[in-house]
Parts: sequence; structure tokens; C-alpha cells
Amino acid sequence: MRHFEMDKLKAQGGSVGESKYHESAIKQVCGSANFADDNPEPYGCLHAYPVLAPVTSGFIKSIDTSLALAVEGVKRILSAEDVPGKLDIGPVFPGDVLLTSHEIQYHGQPVLIVVADTYEIARRAARLVVIECEQTTPILDIKEAISKEHWVRPPHSLNRGNSENAINNAAHQLKGEISIGGQEHFYLEGQIALAQPDNDGGIHVQCSTQHPTEVQHLVAKILKKPFSFVNVETRRMGGAFGGKETQGAPWACLAALAVYHLGCAVKMRLARSDDFKLTGKRHPFYNHYHVGFDENGLIEGADITVNGFCGYSPDLSDAIVDRAMFHADNAYYYPAATIKGNRCKVNTVSHTAFRGFGGPQGMIMGELIMDDIAAKLGKDPLEIRKLNLYKKGRDTTPYHQTVEQHILIDMIAQLEQSGDYWARKKAIKAFNVSSPIIKKGLAMTPVKYGISFTVQHLNQAGALVHVYSDGSIHLNHGGTEMGQGLNTKIAQIVAHGFGVDFNAVSISATRTDKVPNTSPTAASSGTDLNGMAALNAVNTIKERLINFITEHFEVDSQSITFKDNLITFSKGEISFSELANLAYMNRISLSSTGYYATPKIHYDRAKGEGRPFFYYAHGVALSEVEVDTLTGENTVTRVDILHDVGSSINPALDIGQIEGAFVQGMGWLTTEDLQWNDKGQLASFGPANYKIPAIGDTPAEFNVNLYNSANPETTVFRSKAVGEPPFMLAFSVWSAIRNAISSVADYKYTAPLDTPATPERVLSAIEQTASWFKEHQHD
Amino acid sequence: MIQFLLNNTPIEVQECSPSLTILDWLRTKKGKVGTKEGCATGDCGACTILVGEERINANGQTSWQYKTMNSCLLLLGNAHAKHIVTVEAVTTGLYPNLTDLHPVQRALVECHGSQCGFCTPGIIMSLLALYINEPTYPGKKAVIHALGGNLCRCTGYSPILLAAEKAYSYERKAEPYSAMAAQFKASLNTQYDGDIPFLKNGPRKFYLPQTAQQLVELKALYPYAHLVAGGTDFAIELSQNMLLPDVIISLSQVKEFCTLADNNGELHIGAALPYSQFVEVFYNHYPESKELFERLGSSQVRNSGTLGGSIGNASPIGDPAPLLIALNASMDLLSSAGTRTIKVADYFIDYKKTVLKSDEVISKFTIPKRPESLKLACHKISKRFEDDISTVCLVLAIEHSQNMITQARCAMGGMAAIPKRAQHIEQKLISQSLQVSSFIDAATAINSDFTPMSDVRSSAHYRTTVSKNLLQRIGIEFCEPQARNNNNIAITRISHASL
Repeated sequence: MRHFEMDKLKAQGGSVGESKYHESAIKQVCGSANFADDNPEPYGCLHAYPVLAPVTSGFIKSIDTSLALAVEGVKRILSAEDVPGKLDIGPVFPGDVLLTSHEIQYHGQPVLIVVADTYEIARRAARLVVIECEQTTPILDIKEAISKEHWVRPPHSLNRGNSENAINNAAHQLKGEISIGGQEHFYLEGQIALAQPDNDGGIHVQCSTQHPTEVQHLVAKILKKPFSFVNVETRRMGGAFGGKETQGAPWACLAALAVYHLGCAVKMRLARSDDFKLTGKRHPFYNHYHVGFDENGLIEGADITVNGFCGYSPDLSDAIVDRAMFHADNAYYYPAATIKGNRCKVNTVSHTAFRGFGGPQGMIMGELIMDDIAAKLGKDPLEIRKLNLYKKGRDTTPYHQTVEQHILIDMIAQLEQSGDYWARKKAIKAFNVSSPIIKKGLAMTPVKYGISFTVQHLNQAGALVHVYSDGSIHLNHGGTEMGQGLNTKIAQIVAHGFGVDFNAVSISATRTDKVPNTSPTAASSGTDLNGMAALNAVNTIKERLINFITEHFEVDSQSITFKDNLITFSKGEISFSELANLAYMNRISLSSTGYYATPKIHYDRAKGEGRPFFYYAHGVALSEVEVDTLTGENTVTRVDILHDVGSSINPALDIGQIEGAFVQGMGWLTTEDLQWNDKGQLASFGPANYKIPAIGDTPAEFNVNLYNSANPETTVFRSKAVGEPPFMLAFSVWSAIRNAISSVADYKYTAPLDTPATPERVLSAIEQTASWFKEHQHD
Repeated sequence: MIQFLLNNTPIEVQECSPSLTILDWLRTKKGKVGTKEGCATGDCGACTILVGEERINANGQTSWQYKTMNSCLLLLGNAHAKHIVTVEAVTTGLYPNLTDLHPVQRALVECHGSQCGFCTPGIIMSLLALYINEPTYPGKKAVIHALGGNLCRCTGYSPILLAAEKAYSYERKAEPYSAMAAQFKASLNTQYDGDIPFLKNGPRKFYLPQTAQQLVELKALYPYAHLVAGGTDFAIELSQNMLLPDVIISLSQVKEFCTLADNNGELHIGAALPYSQFVEVFYNHYPESKELFERLGSSQVRNSGTLGGSIGNASPIGDPAPLLIALNASMDLLSSAGTRTIKVADYFIDYKKTVLKSDEVISKFTIPKRPESLKLACHKISKRFEDDISTVCLVLAIEHSQNMITQARCAMGGMAAIPKRAQHIEQKLISQSLQVSSFIDAATAINSDFTPMSDVRSSAHYRTTVSKNLLQRIGIEFCEPQARNNNNIAITRISHASL
């Protein structure tokens, strides 16, 4: 694989490293940045809405559509029988059914779609369809699924050394368990797709998806057409967070199915409550651990089991539970480890990708273990964390990858000092003694997050760059823009490569007919992969230009530089636009594709050995909280973050990702409480009863800094991925809440605290801590 | 006919679905797609617009006041005679530069306060309202209260908080909307023929009576008409639960229902007066009620919602009811037979069942003058501090003489099928001395007063436990002068930014 001399480019100055505004920012504040529902509807556009199964588990006995068909404006009702091709739209393994005609596996599973003149008519009519079912007993409890070995995919484990012996021979042993809540993505823009016949006999789909190529493939497969029949376009998403990696596809497929049968444009948009009910979420997990450690708290062996609550089908759960397993160590060295992962099948919607992709649900085990060891030994949790960090000589993960970069040691030391950890800890202890009701807590937690898709073939990308004869540049790449600023960063990379102004580069919608065979914009990989592909395209064009200049001006290629819109060489200079025109006149191609595949990675899943990750991204967070011991109410009063993005391509966008991810992680761990009732219906099905952080929940003091360090691996301009890793910095909040609660027992005990740590769970942990203290006060 | 001003365009509508919201009208009938639908239930703020309304002050001078509302909760008919301002009117022109933008927009760009951009138009409208109504930067807490109903899933809000302040660092931009609105209103007044504004669509109708007389006559004509005031709850029934009523009568412009009077401390609040228009007067007498009103819904909801709507809806979890009950408020019920007055405490019978007769309408609330020795405590427990429904809402009002509690009224929401008095707790408090232990003792009666439910908001056990603990907290705050430390920070409360 080719690589680029980034340091040389960087020395030339330019866009990379500057805090450019988001490319759509002005349009966004003016309300003119159009999302999929905002473009003018084609003439005669119809609207489709799904008909939902009325039970959680069972079989359809009869369907009566007569009332719905009688509604004025209803054009057609489509069922599984109307699907000419494949009915299964499972992204990796089969199991996800586009429309069910027989078995119902979760409450609300789509059975039919109603196509009508308006959104309102389709939605109203969908409720008039009567579905009679034979109900069966659903499995809703994860422990029941585990005991019955009810899996969506087979269990898998990682082993290094003999953990059982190591634990049994250690001076101390501890066991613990935790239930971890799921998380609704709550992208502000709900699922939507507009499909229409195109002029060339195919179907054009505009939709909100992180994975246009997969939508293209699935639409083609359900319609029994070649991939080239379908063109998928995504200009921007109103947030995605993993919730539009696979979950955008069914609505696009259903809209396309309606186009196939009705021959006109069809839009499908889910109302928010149905979006909640019909799309997968972050997997809830139930995990437990058994560790052995010495008198200082140094771990000797760890045995960890993670159980993902996958819902009714595999979706991406195999890889998600794998990532949970890969991250059950977080930043800590387990000399001997057994990590088991189960993929539990339950009768809910199929859970899916969400920022961190299982990583957070695994990583919390490392932090849980550190806090529990500290309480057991009466030591400060930070001491235990520092003691157990990966370091030289203690650097092999449970999957046998060697951790090569040990900057966390320095990052923690820096934050310890800038965040005044020890003085604040002392002050907080004194405060807690004097404050009977409000207790403060403080915790510092690190993040080490592996970058690369663990499904190896996804680690590739393509881009398309055109230079027009006036020097303006058109950029297209396989990644999708969901707010993260990917287009902005890649435009910076392209501008930097050509040595031109950022504004010279214009960006257009992601389309499967421009860049084919793309990977999802996921796994934090957007800039790493697509940025490198775009740079590759730039370098191809530059190479042609350099060759042209060398011949045309008869100069040495070594003397040529591209900077500040000028191309300078030994005999003179020429503006970029003049050069573009000159090259055109001399019949030099000014357009190129670019391609990139991540080097070095390999992984043998059967053995659980290899290098699944190209590199790791790191971060450290220090959070201070207050907890009300009468009510369990809690708040985050100060957060200090030091995060490693390598050499930042755009510090403002990177910091925006860090702040946003942190608050989203904090929401997952505190207020965002997904609940299903005992019938298997989602009880928290809208923003009225599912609470993401609001503006007052932002930490009152919030200091975010980038750690100054280039990526030792040859990534694009030595930057690092940033989308997911900072999400897990929010463990510092959960850990600080535990620290505050623990003060009730003079820090001698730390109560289990399942997540989200709602006021109710916090109060219950306080009661448990107080009663422990009462029993052991005189020990 | 309904007439209003959309940005700079006068609008007249007559034939239209009576249940259409401004959001759907903007997006599907006018192509104004800058206003986004995030949830359509008033919880996310992506559809926030400004609604301008003519106000007449004590000196008879008129002015236009602009407030934020969720356009998903505003019925088209309720927009009559108002000025609807959408994001498209903040900066006009197809390709503006950074410096062409309104200060709130420019600040948001410069602070990197938009990522995906879907919540952004709503954020801009909330920032704009703040900018228009506050000539200088009003501080972080005011920003938080103004934007508590605007959810952003991308940024974590830091850059938005910064932008709210930065907007004041540029040259101040004058508000252009009042002048447009005044011109529109003048032409409207010359056309007005005394007809009741209405919308119709086949047999379905929407009426907007302007006087109590018109209302009573309409109610007699259509006894089963659905009543709406601000629409913060009813609009969801229409747009999400697909309710399709034949006749809707809106109380929102009945002028007798929109009055506010402070008669020597006795407050008279019209049933259709939005919260934001009376809370300041309420705070003059009951500053303790801020805890409830500042956390009731969002700023957008407080600009639309009314006491009449909340009580009329008889929700067991509305926050005003426990407050009104604890303050021994009464309410006027109007019908063609005249007006009768009842205590708010006597209004609720069972879940969503009340003493309101089919021909009656709630017209006014009266809160008695504050007794001199009254101590009031309002506590709301929810998963999130802003814009959340109460898990438990507890309001306690006591009177005391010397050191003895002489009177106690305690009302709670979220604990039963209706907002309900805690009579056993009250009885245990009366005649006790004013000390913390009295409150802790009284709290033990919670199980005699309530058998709460477990639901999505919490378990029954938590509701009972936290109610008891809240009484302890109230006892400490009432009785211990040291409940505030040297910096005047309550030792009984966490320092959440919105509190």
C-alpha cells in the first residue's frame, strides 16, 4: 500500500491543522441546509407508512386491510408477498426481515406498508389494519436467554495465559457484576428515505444513511436487480451515531419497493415514537468479573464475561460483542485473562451500532474492577488505575496485540497536575465530612480505544477529485456527513494537498454512482480512510501536474512546491488556476479517483490472536460530581479532559467531537433510561420519557484539551480518529458518583451501581452503602 | 377566516384541516422547511419559531412581544392575529457571508455550535428570542432557561452556551419584526367585522371565540367540541394519536380568560393566560414556586401552556395542580347558567375525571392572599432537571404561630391517579413544633396517603422513599438557619446549573 510523506506536506503550511468552520455552518444557521425531508417532493410523490405487529412474540393468523383500503387517498398496501427478491435484509448474517408475513419476533415489527397520498393518510390508515395473532411467550430477560443458551450468534472467547490459576493464586480475589442500560440514538432527524424512478430505468434513493452502499445492495436484492440499478445519495444526516449504519436501510428498501409497484416517487418517514420502537439501540449488557490481585492492587488474572442483549436478530451483534470483549481491559494489563462474550437473543428490536460499538459496554468492566479493588484495599482508585496501566513489558492484550504507544502514563500525570487531583480529593473528603446531605465525588478514568473495523475488509475507502480548468475543485468521497465535520476535514486535506484555499474545494453529496463499494462511515474511521483516499487522488493529479511542469517549463521536479495558491519552481511561479487551465490546454487529465486500505491489520478470530487495530486513541477525563443523599439527584460540576487525536486536522471539530461524545456518554450513564414493560413493549418511546442531556446538564466547568502528540502510525497527516473514543471518557462521571456514594461508608465500601445511574439507582446505592456501614462500623 | 403574518407575508386561511399544526403547515403547505420536525411532541425544540403578539401596557401603549413556541404544538387557528417568524426571516438572501448573518447566527458559526445542524434552526430561534428580549447578555442561567427545551445530540451544548454570550459582542442589531407586525395589525383591524375567526374542512371546524359570550354560545351549540388553549398537550393528541375531532373550540383568545389581576395579594389568573405571562406576578408573592414554574416544560411550553389547560386536562403529573391545591386556590367554572367557584382540591375525582360538567369551561383561578406566617416548599423530582415530567412533585404550605405549626396543606403529583392532598401527613404536622423531627415524623404517614404506581419514570418504592426524604429536606430548609452555608448555597441541594 502506498503511503504519503505527510510531514513534508505539513511543513508547507495550509489548511490542515486550522479550525475551519463546518462546511455547512452558515446554511445550518439559516435553515437552508436541506435534509432528506426538506427537498421539494417530486410531482405526485406518495407516502408510505408501516403497519406494526400488535404482539411481542407469536404468529400472524389473519390480516384485515379493508378499513385501511377504504380510507380516501390510500393507494396500495404491500406485504412480504410483494417483495420480488430477497426478503431478508440482514447486513452480515440473515435474520432481519423486511416485512414479516408469519412469525412476529418483537413488538411493532413491520408487517405491511400502506402507500397513500399523504403522510398523514398513510399513517392513519396503517392503524386501521387489523392483525390477529397467536401469541407465544416471549423471552425478555437476559438471564433467561443466558440460561437457555438462546443466542443470535455462537459464544466466543479470548484467552491469554491461565486466568483461573492466576486468580486462585493471587493474594486477593473479587467478584462483581453490573447491568448496563442500552441507549436510544436520538438523532434529531428521524429515519427517512425518498425513492423515485430515475431517467435511466433504475431507482434513485435519497436517504439518511451512514452506509449508502449497503442501502444500494439491499434495495437491489429485495427487487432482484443488479446493484447498478440503484443509486443512493446522502448529502447530510441530522445526526446518526451508529443508528443509521444498518437502521436506515429498511425504510429505503420499503420506499423503493413501493416505487417498484407504483411507478412514482415514494417517501417514507417514521414518526418519532415509531422510530423509537422500530429501530435498534445500543445493546444493554449484563456482565460479570472475577479478578485476582496482589496486596498493592496489581491484577494477576481476570475472568470477564460480557453478555449482549442483542434483540431478535444478529444485525451487527457479532462484531459489537467482539468489540466489547476487545475493550474489557480498557487501558489495563491483565497478565492472564479469559474474556467470554455471549450474544443473547431476546424478543426486542434488534440492537445495533452506537458510538463505541460495544466498546463502552466492555470497557466499563475495567473501570468497575479498578474502583472495586481500590475500595477493597482502602486505596485511592487513581493509584490502582496507574498501577495497572499497560506499560513497556506489560503490553500484551488478551487478544495478543502488543500495545506500542504508552502516552496514557504521561496524559494521566498531566491531568493529575492541571486538574489538581490530590488537593481536590482532600478538599472533597473534608467537604463530605461536614456536609450531611450533599456528597461530592471525584474520579479520573482513562480510555484506550482500538481503531479499525474489526471486520477487516471494511478498512478501505475511495474518493473522487476533479480539478476544473479554472482551478476550482470538486470533491467526493465514500464517507457520509452526519455532523462530525468529515466533509470539512477532507476538504482541508484536499486544499492542503494542492496548496490552495479551503474555499476552492466544494463538496457534494455522497453517491454510490460516484464512489462505489464504500464502507459505512462508522468505527470513527471516516477521516482515516476517506481522507487518505482523497489525498491519494490529490497526489495522483499532483504527480501529473508536476510531470507536466517539469516538461513544459523544463525545470527540476524537486524544485516544485504547491503553496498559497501558487506553484513555485526554479524558473518562476504560476497560480493554481492558471496551471489548471494550462494543463487542460495541454491535455493533462485533471480528475482522479483515490483509494486506500489500512495496512498492518490482521486477526485470526478462531485463535483470538492478531492485530485487529491499526492503532489506539487515548483520552483521560477527570470529573467532579455532587450527589443528593436524600433523593439520589446528581450533577456534574467540573470536567477536565485531555484527549489524544494525534496531530489534529481541525482542532475545533475535534474538540466538538470530544465534548459532544462526553455529554452523550454522560447521558447514557445517568439520565437515559430505556425501559421495556413486562409485555415487551418499549415503555420509553419518546423524548417525553427518555431524557437525553439538556443544556443545563453540560458540566458547569468543562475544560477540554488536546494532547500534543503525532500518531506514530502513518495515518492522514498523523491524525487520529475521534468519533467514538471520547464517549467513554464519561465513565469518570459514573465512577465519581460511585466515589461520592462511597463517602457514606467512609470509602470503605463501594456499592454496585448499574447504569444509567438515575436518581432512583443512586438513592438505592446510597441506602445499601449506609446499611453496609451500619453493619461494619465497628469492624 | 384566520389571518396572521408569516415573516413579511400576510396570510389568510379558511379551508384547512382544523387539526393542522403550524409546523406541518409551514413544511407541507408553504415550503418553509427551515423549521424542522424532531419529535412533533414539543420535547426537542427543533421546530421552535417566534410568535409575536400585540401587548397593551398599563398606559395603553401597544407593543409587539416575541416569544418562542414549538410550532408542532401550535395549531394553525391559534396563530390568528399573530406574527409567525421562522428561521428563514432571520437572515435573508441565498448565499449570505458570515458578516451578513444576524449576531446569534454569526456567533453560533464562530463558536462551532452546529454539527449535524438539525437542531440548529430551533436553537437560532431560541437565541434570537433571548437576544430580542434581553438588551444585554443576561447570564448563563437565563440562557439555560431559554434553551432548556432545545435538545442537541451532537455538541454537548458548550459551544451553544458560548455563542449566546458572543452574540452580544458584535454591534447590536435592531429587531425588525415589530414594524412589520404593526402594519399588518392595522390592516387587520380595519377589516375586522366581529365574526368569530374560524377554519373549516368539510364538516370539521375550528373556532376561535374572542369573548366569553361567544364561547358560551359556541359551547351550547357544540356541547361535545374539544376545547384547546395553548395546545401543548392537545396538539399531540391530534398529530400523534391521530385524534380527528369534528369541532375544536380554542379558548386561547377569549379576552376575559387572558386577564391577570393582583388585588392586594389575591391573584386572579385567567385560565387561558400562558405561564410566562403570569409567573412574575406569582413570584412576587410566592418566590418558592420558581422551582416548579422554571422547570415546567420548556420556555417554549411556558410561552404557550396555560393553567386552564393543565388543570382542565386533569393529568396526574401536571406540576401546577399540587401548587394550587397547597395554596388553597379556587377556580371559576363558566357555563350559560353563570359562574360557579370551587376549590381546585375538589376538582379532581379520578384518573382524568373531574367535576367539570359538559357545558362548563374553566375561566379563572384565584389564589388567596398569602398568610403572613406561610412557609412554602415546592419540590420536583425527575430524571432530568429541565423539561421533564415529575416522578414526584411535592408542595407543602404550612402556617405557624410562634414555634407551632398551625396549618398544613400538602399536595403531591405523580403519587396517585390524580393530584392529591396528603391528609395524613398534614394532620401529623398540625400542632407540632416547627422542628425537623416533626417533618420526619409526619413523613411516616406517606403510606397512609398514597399507594403509588411503578412506571417508566420510577418504581413505587422510590416514589415513597423520595417523598419521605423530601419532607425531611423541607424540614431542614424550614427550620435550620444553617441550611444555607456562608456562601448562601443550600446545603440541601446540589448545584445543578439550571437550579
